[in-house]
Amino acid sequence: MGEAGTSAELEARRVSRREFIKRVIASGAVASSASFVMGGLTACSSRPASVAGSVERLVSINVNGQLRRVDVLPQETLAMTLRYKLGLTGTKLGCDRAECGACTVMIEGTTYYSCSTLTHTVRNRKVVTVEGLRGPNGELHPVQQAFVDELGPQCGFCTPGQVVAAVALLQKNPKPTREEARHAMSGNLCRCGAYDNYLNAIMRAAGSTEIHHGA
Amino acid sequence: MAHKLLGQDFLPHDVVAKVTGEAKYAEDFRAEGMVFARLLSSPYPHARVRSIDASEALAMPGVVGILTPDDVKNPKAPDIPLLTLEPGYVGAPILLIAAEDETTAQDAIDKVRIDYEPLPFHVDPLASMHPDHPDARTDGNVGAAGVEFQKLKWTKEDFDNANGKMPMGKAAQEWTYGDLDATFARCKLVLDETFVHASNSHHSMEPRTAMAYWQNGKCILHVSSQSQSFIHPALAGMIGIPPTDLMLVAEYCGGGFGSKGGAYPLQALPALFSKKINRPVMMRISRAEEYYNGSARLGFQGQVKLGFAEDGKLLAADLYVIQENGACQSFFDFRNAADALSILYQPEAMRWRGLPVYANSPIRSAQRGPGYNQMAHIMEPLLDKAARELKVDRLAIRLKNVGGLNAPFGAQRNTVSSCYLKDALEKGAQQFGWAERVARSGQRNGSKVTAVAVGQAYHPAGFNGFDGLLRILPTGKVHIHTGVGNLGTFSHSSTSRIAAEVLKLNWDDVVIERGDSRRHLPWNIGQFGSNTNFTMARTNYVAAMDALTKLKEIAAKRFGGTPESYDVDGKRVFRRGGGPGMTYGEAAQQAIKLGGKYDGHELPKDINPMTQVSATAISGTGLVGVAKDTLPMKGAPAAFAAAFIEIELDLETGKHVIIDYLGVADCGTVIHPAGLETQIKSGAVQGFGVASSERIVYDPQNGLPASVGFYQAKPPTYGDVAHRFRTSAVDLPDPSSPLGTKGIGEPLLGCAASVLLCALSEAVGGHAFNRTPVVPDMILNHLAGRAPSHGPLQVNCQ
Repeated sequence: MGEAGTSAELEARRVSRREFIKRVIASGAVASSASFVMGGLTACSSRPASVAGSVERLVSINVNGQLRRVDVLPQETLAMTLRYKLGLTGTKLGCDRAECGACTVMIEGTTYYSCSTLTHTVRNRKVVTVEGLRGPNGELHPVQQAFVDELGPQCGFCTPGQVVAAVALLQKNPKPTREEARHAMSGNLCRCGAYDNYLNAIMRAAGSTEIHHGA
Repeated sequence: MAHKLLGQDFLPHDVVAKVTGEAKYAEDFRAEGMVFARLLSSPYPHARVRSIDASEALAMPGVVGILTPDDVKNPKAPDIPLLTLEPGYVGAPILLIAAEDETTAQDAIDKVRIDYEPLPFHVDPLASMHPDHPDARTDGNVGAAGVEFQKLKWTKEDFDNANGKMPMGKAAQEWTYGDLDATFARCKLVLDETFVHASNSHHSMEPRTAMAYWQNGKCILHVSSQSQSFIHPALAGMIGIPPTDLMLVAEYCGGGFGSKGGAYPLQALPALFSKKINRPVMMRISRAEEYYNGSARLGFQGQVKLGFAEDGKLLAADLYVIQENGACQSFFDFRNAADALSILYQPEAMRWRGLPVYANSPIRSAQRGPGYNQMAHIMEPLLDKAARELKVDRLAIRLKNVGGLNAPFGAQRNTVSSCYLKDALEKGAQQFGWAERVARSGQRNGSKVTAVAVGQAYHPAGFNGFDGLLRILPTGKVHIHTGVGNLGTFSHSSTSRIAAEVLKLNWDDVVIERGDSRRHLPWNIGQFGSNTNFTMARTNYVAAMDALTKLKEIAAKRFGGTPESYDVDGKRVFRRGGGPGMTYGEAAQQAIKLGGKYDGHELPKDINPMTQVSATAISGTGLVGVAKDTLPMKGAPAAFAAAFIEIELDLETGKHVIIDYLGVADCGTVIHPAGLETQIKSGAVQGFGVASSERIVYDPQNGLPASVGFYQAKPPTYGDVAHRFRTSAVDLPDPSSPLGTKGIGEPLLGCAASVLLCALSEAVGGHAFNRTPVVPDMILNHLAGRAPSHGPLQVNCQ
């Protein structure tokens, strides 16, 4: 999802979906072949996992500007680490399979689906979640403020992912056209259908006049 | 009447938490010692479980326990069972296993050995009515709320005599008004058409995860629900405890669209499991499981015969609707459809026949505009077809048929409380520039063709008889207790502004108590059915009027004179003409001193037991305003919406782009303009999906679902949004609503799906596809003169 990485190095470190699945299988954690099981889900408590070969390793990640040290399983996804080990529940799990974007975070400034990113691949890298966007005095990020001003969220479940994706967009392209914003945000679903409100918010945050209201 | 708050934008209190990630949904809660439960679900569309062997699973290190059908009390069939030994669809929950971590729980599920006896199944309700075809259930095949659960099969002759129409055997329910045959006989044009409306998933972004634990005999339950108070008694019943022993938390809900309106079994299972194993239980639901159990709109197969006068007036209608129930009790869309046809087009004579049939497909429930919208989606392109044949303008034919202010509907010829659809059509036509733009419809630009269309929809817009509860504290703050849910429409706040309006409050002085039954909430209806802005306007109005009366009585007791000689200004209650007065805070202190009815120690006898408990809990803390809504009703509340659209269809790819969309709401007095705009646009986005992409697909040979992911079930994305997206409202008051407000959510989807279907039809020269969704391959097949890839009444297919 999102734009390609800004450097060849970033791109090289990016894990393809195929590679992601291969690694999960290699960890021995994938469950049965039935399509309705949550294959590859990681342990959700801090107790040692029962699966053979699934040994937790201590890794360091820079999350929202803080160095966090956390024990992770080889097959553990970043979304699960954030939500169940680091207490950062702003990152939502809508599909857990790289379809919806509710789990969107930034890694070194690029958006990723954290449900489909293995935590051990982000060792020593900079991860920003929705909780890391507020300013030093707790003030809302300009994108968050624009989302509020444009009454962006409805049910709100996809909103953290939308906000993070919008922040990443404006960091790369501070003055997008509405069409560019629409394209860049297309990896984030909103079942309420609040897309036009979100686009208004992004254009507002970008200082654009391409904001649609009324008849 | 000029309002202080109504018609003004405001910042709902839950918006900031939604953009910062602080809003907590069911899966965001933790409890000490929490274990994880996983579902074991049926791999078969219909089967009997002969035996379960979980010994190997239960012996695994980390496994904590199992919950089987023996541990739960299932409701009477065909209601949705909590756990079942006769699963009727792929994904039906059979048992749960809990473990210290989720991986272990899932591994244990895979060690459970179940001996299944596969049973006959079907995923085509119409075909299943044939005497030689199997039924979805072993105990009956037809039923719905208002229709007895029964076995009903048609004869072979019913099928043999269809003559190109839908076979139409015995219906489960029907009504007629007027002289149908005589009216058809004087029609200039008769259309007689089969139709299919696809079933489509709700695909709420938040799967229906739940977490439960018990403390001191009480159950604390975190759920995903679009309703709060309304589900409380039924959910307590599923768990088998009195409502007062259930602490229900549903402060945020990640989307429901009808699928989380009532209590549902997946909410109760963690509570029952937690009680059994004495550990907090988190039960996460995967996206695929959400597609199995998260429910879907009820699909239709049908036949409709329409008779028109030369000027386009619909004189007679004969409608037969078969609805696909899914495997369990669902909703009554098939009945609602008839009301929608009757109310939107006002035929002089009409017959409706309906048949709700069970199928081995996912649970169904109301989805935004249940039945009403499906009917609009089918009827609106047919109205255009009639307009083309009669050479009547497509806007003119709608204005010819639109009902008056108190339009009658249905067999009983009841009337609506208000209908301003004509105003919506006329206002929208003017703002859209219909007259000029319709002339451009059909213009070609390379491979692309421009199409302009108009559409409309209806839905009921409110109920009555629920309770309101608020209190004025000695600090002067006014706490409005609301048991409505948080569906994301902000109506928990916008309807609370009705109470604030009556008491002339500054919005900063209002605190909204909601989202957790421990906040002492009144008995309110759920957030569904486009009802909130009507129903909750009335409850908040009566509670505020009660508080207003008490403020004046307290002032009169203190300063003399009659209560009627006093007035309020939002901060103080004072004697008119410059007399003495006191602040609301001082009046609250007086209320506590006076006790009795003033501070909630004496309560009205007619309020619901839930409100009694809540009002008693807050008694003695301030001036309590509490009342049941017994205000008069003048007709059935009704919401209408009109829509105008311009699209560009690429005739080489079948893909369309929405150039311009205008939605116009008839929602009575507008409470919250920004919230309304949001609903008009987002309802339209959902409508675009229903019209052009969303449907569930089943393999008819094996009964397996093929749409269990977003990419398969295809809800709209950013790419489907109108390039120019506009909103408008009639803004005329409903006389049955104290401040003129009524609901609007549902027809905003219906008008949009209708208008897009009409535009796609217009773009291909007026061909009515008579089904939803209209997808590119259908368009290309039609343009190439090829037969469609589906049969005219085939369902659960592309």
